[in-house]
Amino acid sequence: MRTLLSAFVVGLIFGVGLLVSGMANPQKVLGFLDLAGAWDPSLALVMVGAIGAAFIAFRVAAGRRESLLGEPMRLPARADIDGRLLFGALGFGVGWGMAGFCPGPAVVALGAGEAKALVFVASMVAGMGVFELIERKRRA
Amino acid sequence: MTVDWAAFTPWSALAGGVLIGLAAALFILLNGRVAGISGIVGGLLAPQRGDVGWRLAFIAGMVGAPLVWLATTSLPEIRIEAGYPMLILAGLVVGISTRYGAGCTSGHGVCGISRLSPRSLLATVAFMATGFATVFVIRHVIGG
Repeated sequence: MRTLLSAFVVGLIFGVGLLVSGMANPQKVLGFLDLAGAWDPSLALVMVGAIGAAFIAFRVAAGRRESLLGEPMRLPARADIDGRLLFGALGFGVGWGMAGFCPGPAVVALGAGEAKALVFVASMVAGMGVFELIERKRRA
Repeated sequence: MTVDWAAFTPWSALAGGVLIGLAAALFILLNGRVAGISGIVGGLLAPQRGDVGWRLAFIAGMVGAPLVWLATTSLPEIRIEAGYPMLILAGLVVGISTRYGAGCTSGHGVCGISRLSPRSLLATVAFMATGFATVFVIRHVIGG
């Protein structure tokens, strides 16, 4: 129960952070990605603020086997670079640049009642479903 | 390159970023998990026992954020210029790609870089590069 409550509260803080920062607004995101137009550097500062605030916590977490709520510490262990990672990351940037939405802001905009965000999130979940189907077929 | 100083919002960007980083910090320290949104949502499509509730709780928090916000003040602007066909295509591409790439702006860009993960550093450079390139093509090659 405590882990569910903390997940909810963390999701809430994360969502408010996206709203405060301007990242939940695709127009603002595209203003950052449009280097050749009138460039809005704001989102670089979102990254600076976020990494600055999380950096120490991840150092602390790396030295622990259990979380403060007694959950196993699940830090990704992989360090290898493979084609899937590169293909996925390159593709993600294309999709991000098309509409100015990445997953987090789209979910928050959905909560704000934006019909277009609902369409984006539904398509995104469908895309994730396509991935699951391909992966299951590949493993079968 | 010209900087759009009128649109530049350094303080709210920094403050919002700190909140996002604080959320990521709390999540790894309390729940022992990386706050990567594509992974949290995508994990629901291969549901495992005991692994669904926290994902739904996190997503409920994110969806609830604008509602909590509305209780105190009016929402900041959310302007979505892309049309429906573009949004559908973008959503599909983001959905498939973030699962292959094992992360998005939050998992790689915020948490991964905070961990100094080489995979996340590379992924972030890669999606930033194609993000810049895509907006260039849409706004200045096709649109221009």
